[in-house]
Amino acid sequence: MLRFIIRRLLITVPMILVVITLTWGLIRLAPGNFYSGEKNIPKEIEANIRAKYGLDKPWYVQYGRMLGHVVRLDFGISLKYEGQSVNKIIMSSLPVSASVGITAYLLALVLGIVIGSVAALRQNSIWDYASMALAMLGISIPNFVLGPMLVLLFSLSLYWLPPSRWQGFASRNIILPVLTLSAIYIAYIARLTRAGMLEVLRSDYIRTARAKGLRESQVVIRHALRGGIMPVVSFTGPALAFLLTGTVVVERIFALPGLGNYFIQAALNRDEPLIIGIVAFIAMTLLLMNLLVDITYGFLDPRIRY
Amino acid sequence: MRTSANGNLLEVKDLRTYFETEDGVVKAVDGVSFEVRQGETLGIVGESGSGKSVANLSLMRLIPEPPGKIVSGSIAFRGRDILKLSPREVRAIRGQQIAMIFQDPMTSLNPFMRISRQLMEVTQLHLGHSKQQAREHAIRMLEVVGIPDAEARLESYPHEFSGGMRQRVMIAMALSCQPELLIADEPTTALDVTIQAQILELIKRLKGETGASVILVTHDLGVVAGMTDHIIVMYAGKVFEQAPTSELFEQPGNPYTRGLLRSVPDPAAEQGKLYQIPGQPPDLARLPSGCPFAPRCERVQEICRREFPPFVQLTSEHYSLCHFADEVYAESQRAA
Amino acid sequence: MDDERSTPQHEIEPVKPALTPLGTPPESPIRSREGDIIHTAPEFAIAEADVRSAEAGEFVAGTSLWKDAWRRLLKNRLAVFGMIVVFVVAALSIIGPSIIKKTTGYAPDYIPPDAALIKSFPPFRAPDGAFSWKHPMGTDIQGRDLFARVLQGGQISLLVGVIATVVSLIIGVGYGAVSGYLGGRFDNLMMRIVDVLYSLPYIILVIVLLAVFRRNTPLGQLVLLFVALGSVSWLTMARIVRGQVLSLKNQEFVLAARATGVSTLRIIFRHIVPNTLGPVIVYATLTIPSVMLTEAFLSFLGFGVQPPMSSWGTLATDGIQNIAVFPWQLIFPGVTMAIMLFSLNFVGDGLRDALDPQMRKG
Repeated sequence: MLRFIIRRLLITVPMILVVITLTWGLIRLAPGNFYSGEKNIPKEIEANIRAKYGLDKPWYVQYGRMLGHVVRLDFGISLKYEGQSVNKIIMSSLPVSASVGITAYLLALVLGIVIGSVAALRQNSIWDYASMALAMLGISIPNFVLGPMLVLLFSLSLYWLPPSRWQGFASRNIILPVLTLSAIYIAYIARLTRAGMLEVLRSDYIRTARAKGLRESQVVIRHALRGGIMPVVSFTGPALAFLLTGTVVVERIFALPGLGNYFIQAALNRDEPLIIGIVAFIAMTLLLMNLLVDITYGFLDPRIRY
Repeated sequence: MRTSANGNLLEVKDLRTYFETEDGVVKAVDGVSFEVRQGETLGIVGESGSGKSVANLSLMRLIPEPPGKIVSGSIAFRGRDILKLSPREVRAIRGQQIAMIFQDPMTSLNPFMRISRQLMEVTQLHLGHSKQQAREHAIRMLEVVGIPDAEARLESYPHEFSGGMRQRVMIAMALSCQPELLIADEPTTALDVTIQAQILELIKRLKGETGASVILVTHDLGVVAGMTDHIIVMYAGKVFEQAPTSELFEQPGNPYTRGLLRSVPDPAAEQGKLYQIPGQPPDLARLPSGCPFAPRCERVQEICRREFPPFVQLTSEHYSLCHFADEVYAESQRAA
Repeated sequence: MDDERSTPQHEIEPVKPALTPLGTPPESPIRSREGDIIHTAPEFAIAEADVRSAEAGEFVAGTSLWKDAWRRLLKNRLAVFGMIVVFVVAALSIIGPSIIKKTTGYAPDYIPPDAALIKSFPPFRAPDGAFSWKHPMGTDIQGRDLFARVLQGGQISLLVGVIATVVSLIIGVGYGAVSGYLGGRFDNLMMRIVDVLYSLPYIILVIVLLAVFRRNTPLGQLVLLFVALGSVSWLTMARIVRGQVLSLKNQEFVLAARATGVSTLRIIFRHIVPNTLGPVIVYATLTIPSVMLTEAFLSFLGFGVQPPMSSWGTLATDGIQNIAVFPWQLIFPGVTMAIMLFSLNFVGDGLRDALDPQMRKG
């Protein structure tokens, strides 16, 4: 187990290196740079800027400096938000993204597993068809369409919920962003659970459980659910990566000061330290989360040993 | 112990279990009748797809519905028709009065659950055991089925056992509540030959100790020879022959049974190829109008292809589904 | 089979005498087993014959695998509904804008001179309240006919979906087939690379790529989109094809082809790849909606299709700006896109069920 974790962490290092190098390479290969948007900068000022950010040094020196930042987990100062360190920006925006993202995923787990199980247990019934059609709809509606539509319905027509602005986690403002973000996960998890449950419900050990005389509810909860949600557990890894794109959209729609919003701004502004910082941070988080998911998988399935 | 008037623990009459499939209705079990007496062992023999497993799942109402459906018939267990019981009453019988062992011990135990819990939940459910009682009972059962160091192995997961050991666990689980009827559905098919003999011996021994009746389902006549009192031979969802074990082996009255007997490897005959009944079992959704075995039968006649054969009584307990049952029976007598 | 053939070149395999007893005439080993050649496209005939042989282990007459699949697909009402919707929406998108232009005179980019039209509401009413079919979906904020724009946006959305899928198809099939066929260390290495790419937060790289390389010409941006979307969605395809190839490469017909001296590349792409058609079709069908969704997402962020071109994604994004006053400007493009993706997903699901009977429900 420990060896597995160490091995996985060791693989993680070069992968993060690949991501960062790719990102850095893309930024450098593209024509123009951070200040090229500004018009008519006098030569001396440009030279000053270049010197200030080390852009006058050869590329490998710059690359090395950038790597040094990443290794020290200190990503430097943002170009756009002058004087603000990248770390500070990440730390202040992370709670926003994380609270919305985690709440949405937990909601999706609960609803998705319940809906998927019901659909599997009542296979080919109206419940099955209805929930699967709904799930398909959830997968097919882009969240940036769904979000504004929810706003239209709940805020602008029914006046139940506020349309936007971040007021912290424990406010009603979080409801619509969470709903918007979780819709597609509810749909995916419901489909995965249904497929997993259908397979398990046909398996021999469920027949054994029924032959013991257990009630159907016991058969399902005690025996079937564990195996049935294994696909959901495997999905969690990709889902987290996917969650990122979702939070980007939700943060834009609901004007939340989250990590995704900063990232888009940074990419548009070519704010190199901020881009590298956020990318490195996200890559590390993702790979760590994937490791966590694998470990959880091992705990849930006794047959897997590392 | 209550049984029906004529001493039968189980009486199955005209059982029909059909499946709706895309290719049409599959008559997996089509008009099967048999009895199991108190303390007796009945062997059900047939190739795969003959309906023997479906018949036994029907006994416990474990047929998945849909697509399956028990269309007609009665299953009198101690005089009560299982098919007329409420789901709750059926559950009370399952695991307690009728228990089942399945073919593949690799997949029949829940891989996510420790053996202890899987064993304990049966007695907690049916015998009202406390956790402690159930645990002690589980250890005792594991010892009974010959698992060494039972107490230590109780907390294992199924994958930590070998195939034979898993089947022992299945048997321990099935016998936990001292059922009156044990259905063993191909209990040794998935196991190595040496383990097969051990498992069969175990079933035989435990049957002697508990006085339970046993239905032993197998495709291997060699397995049932030393184990059973009566045998029924199934083919294409029908009972083809029914007889006391010794009589069936000595004087089969059906060409299909004769084919099966010839395909049992005989250790005495040193050389010679192993016989195999030619052809494949029929597609149950598209049965021919005549005898379903006709296309593969070595003594097929015109009438076999045209008319469904009669169920001929040969002796008091010996029946055969064949147009030429008497002739086959007579031939076997001469051969013997 | 694995390490010795480490170079994927056009070299002729030596004829292995041990394989000749398969009794296959040299020129066309596959079709001769079938007895007759029915199809004009040889790959198709091969695919039909051998997917079956791989799955059922025996030959059934004629084209029954694809016929069976087609029959099962037609039985699936949701898939049929999906196919109809996809067909209708695609056809309307392609021919619709020019018809509208001819009949009403509203080109997708035509801004009418009378400003009153800006407030044209969609439920078939003119600004004065009179019943009118002039703008069935209303107009956008500049007064352009939304119906024409939605149909034209469909062209771009579908184009992006299809072309990016084709890009991913080419990369994925090529990569997967080579990896699976070469096997051994090469396979190991190539699949490890795929594993690594899988766990990368690729969408982030795509955003960076699109942001820093942003093209000034709409066409340039479109091509960038094709490349970006196609190059990140081939991974699963590569895995699927590789798995198929692994199970196919030791089949008799491949051995027969090798025995008759067909080159490695030719074996891979003429004999093996056509046999992976089923899963590839299914996955490609499901890739189209997912690519379209990603395109919409990127367009929402401003990295996607650039004006004057528009896709469903950009139209919906424009609509969001005016949602409080002119909600239909979001609803029509948004709902149209959702219906299309919904239908494509159903078609993909239906195809999977039809082509893989074991996965069928029930």
